Amino acid sequence: MDEHIKLRVKFEKSGALRFIGHLDVMRFFQKCNRRAGIDVCYTGGFSPHQIMSFASPLSVGLESRGEYLDLEVASVTSSEDMIRRYQEASVPEIKVMSVKRLPREAGNAMASVAAASYEVRFREGRTPETFSLPGEEVTQLIHQYLSHEEILFRKEGKAGERFVNLRPGIFAFDWDPERAVITFLLDASSAGNIKPVQVLETFLQERGEALMENALLITREDLLTRNQEGALISLDDVGSVF
Amino acid sequence: MDHLALSDDILMQVEKPARYIGKEYNSVVKDKDKIDIRFAMCFPDVYEIGMSHLGIQILYDMFNRMEGVWCERVYSPWLDLDAIMRKEGIPLFALESQDPIKDFDFLGITIQYEMCYTNILQVLDLAQIPLLAKDRDESHPIVIGGGPCSYNPEPIVDFFDLFYIGEGETRYGELIELYRECREKKLSRKEFLRKASHIPGIYVPSLYEVSYREDGCIASFQPIYEDVPAVVHKELVKDLSDTYYPMKPLVPYMKITQDRVVLEIQRGCIRGCRFCQAGQLYRPVRERDVDVLKQYATEMLKNTGHEELTLSSLSSSDYSRLPELIDYLIAECDRQHINISLPSLRIDAFSLDVMSKVQDIKKSSLTFAPEAGSQRLRNVINKGLTEEVILEGARLAFEGGWTRVKLYFMLGQPTETEEDIRGIAELCNKIAAEFFDTVPKEKRVNGRVQIVASTSFFVPKPFTPFQWAPQCTKEAFVEKAYFTRKCISEQLNQKSIKYNWHEADASVMEGVLARGDRRLGEVILRVYQKGCFYDAWSEYYKHDVWLETIRECGLDPDFYTTRVRELDEIFPWDFIDAGITKEFLKREWIKAQEETISENCKQKCQGCGAARWGCGICVEPR
Repeated sequence: MDEHIKLRVKFEKSGALRFIGHLDVMRFFQKCNRRAGIDVCYTGGFSPHQIMSFASPLSVGLESRGEYLDLEVASVTSSEDMIRRYQEASVPEIKVMSVKRLPREAGNAMASVAAASYEVRFREGRTPETFSLPGEEVTQLIHQYLSHEEILFRKEGKAGERFVNLRPGIFAFDWDPERAVITFLLDASSAGNIKPVQVLETFLQERGEALMENALLITREDLLTRNQEGALISLDDVGSVF
Repeated sequence: MDHLALSDDILMQVEKPARYIGKEYNSVVKDKDKIDIRFAMCFPDVYEIGMSHLGIQILYDMFNRMEGVWCERVYSPWLDLDAIMRKEGIPLFALESQDPIKDFDFLGITIQYEMCYTNILQVLDLAQIPLLAKDRDESHPIVIGGGPCSYNPEPIVDFFDLFYIGEGETRYGELIELYRECREKKLSRKEFLRKASHIPGIYVPSLYEVSYREDGCIASFQPIYEDVPAVVHKELVKDLSDTYYPMKPLVPYMKITQDRVVLEIQRGCIRGCRFCQAGQLYRPVRERDVDVLKQYATEMLKNTGHEELTLSSLSSSDYSRLPELIDYLIAECDRQHINISLPSLRIDAFSLDVMSKVQDIKKSSLTFAPEAGSQRLRNVINKGLTEEVILEGARLAFEGGWTRVKLYFMLGQPTETEEDIRGIAELCNKIAAEFFDTVPKEKRVNGRVQIVASTSFFVPKPFTPFQWAPQCTKEAFVEKAYFTRKCISEQLNQKSIKYNWHEADASVMEGVLARGDRRLGEVILRVYQKGCFYDAWSEYYKHDVWLETIRECGLDPDFYTTRVRELDEIFPWDFIDAGITKEFLKREWIKAQEETISENCKQKCQGCGAARWGCGICVEPR
């Protein structure tokens, strides 16, 4: 039997297409792979499926500069050629940035995600008072917030409400007053996934403030995994250019 | 960032925002500085339905090939967005440019079923275009109706400036040229419409007047001016292999109803079933060249990346080069891991062989459409399918491993008796018996056979031999459905038979609108103003409101549905020449009552009148 080649594709999702859902993106790539003439491997049977998996679903409304899918193919040309073919077969709002070959032992994209980095802005007129304070003060407050051992967030699920501790999953939380951008590095593993809005809500709560509705403009910057040493590295750095 | 007509707040609030953002692969965006005609093409139902329609894809491609024309799409906003747009006064916009359609030159609306009439008003209303054509001026788009329901446009004439009767590929170029000319000369809307009425296939309702007899029937129907044609002839494409077909169809992001490459192999049907409107309207049957189709399939799959392909036609088995085409498609699709779906195939050894290659037999079901339960009634409706053929098909299928059979019937067709209805149950029973006779116990994979019988209620349509037939009352419909259920429960194999039937309410109103006249315009407007739309969606259909409004307008639903029509009655749609003659339809209506069948077009010409086009089956050697 032929050995399949495992590829990792990194892409951006932007503009109006932030309003299409995760399933739509999967369907898009099934078609885009065909248009681009990618030699994808299929499952057998009467309704064959492409062997493809996505790293982490992106919520509707978010842009991303670092989305990933893993793909099994029977043959390849070069990274450069495949990027070009993807871009020709795609739309401007979904742009393939890198295609890399994964080492045989690499875990699949979905299971290996450990963290996500974000940039968060406030929509016009929806900046909380806290973030209108002088930059140093905000940084001080963030510092204070992060010094808690436990930051409880109330989650309402099917089994009623429960509290989760956000603190272990907040790897970084910074405020850049000049760009008016918050950057986050948060746990995005299947066990401990945390969302930027949860952190900001609990942060503002301490100050007696609440987020306005639909206040955030969120861009997911990248998805990260842990290497053998336990350090966080970009999912893109697992594979290599060919 | 690209401009969207709706704010992020709204898009985050509504269900399925992908319906409203455009940007689909293969959608056409043109430079506004290089175009002088803006055309909005509308399917007045939700995106998933409208995007699945082949006709719009054909016309979208055709218009966008025209120099200086930009054609965009618009669909009915779903109820959630509808409410927001009304509250905030957001004008309905086209998907590609996100610009308000009220500023366009044309709004073309395809009208595929009667129950979308109120959605036409929803679209006009949200677009901020006056609902009534008489209230529009030079600043508003020309509102055009097309599609099958325009073969009796009378109930909705108040809302349209003109109708295009027939197949869209032929006359739009002329219409747009005329529009440019009139605009250049600064002619009024009225002057443009008057000139447009001279183009074949174009019907401008405001240029005709109708008078009624005391009994409510039409006394006369004629043009107001001498230069306006008294008869509007339908338009048709003579050579289907040499016309527009979209090689780059739109590929949506959302899952839509028909999410696949659609290959229209032929137009029209040779069969002449007497209840079927499409079978009459699209005469004569015209095939597309098989080599052209092969090339289209390959090209369209390449340009879309779709993983499924389907054939479109009224009766695929009648396509003369079907085996050759299917062999090619199976080879091509297998290579590319593409699924083929094959609707409207007659069940026989050939089709079963093909289906066993493209479907999982264990999961798929076979479909028969006998439409009536007894041979007598099948002769009345001219459905040339016999019990023998059905049972033989079922036997072959069971031998091949299929265990699920779907059967479609209609209740309430002319001359139907209890015996005919009992025939539905008996036929189902015989098919089940065929299974037990054919498949030995040890080979019955799922243990038993599953037969699903579905009935719909018959609604007589214009331009069919049954246009004279009285429709059943709602009570009669419901009684027939109960009787069918009772008969099925009495069968020996009743445990293998499942029975489904449609609701009767909407069928009554569909009947009113299908054979309606101009006086119904007021009813449609008023029910819309009372909040009715999305009537084609049973959960939103308000039968009581419709009934009450018809009466408020001084009309009687029974006049349109259950009344017996005289042979010489003037029908609201008689001014349209659909290719087939009224004489032919009359002959067929009489033959129906005599329980006599008519041969199909391949066997013997019935002299329907379509031969005057000089194309398709009418000129081919039989």
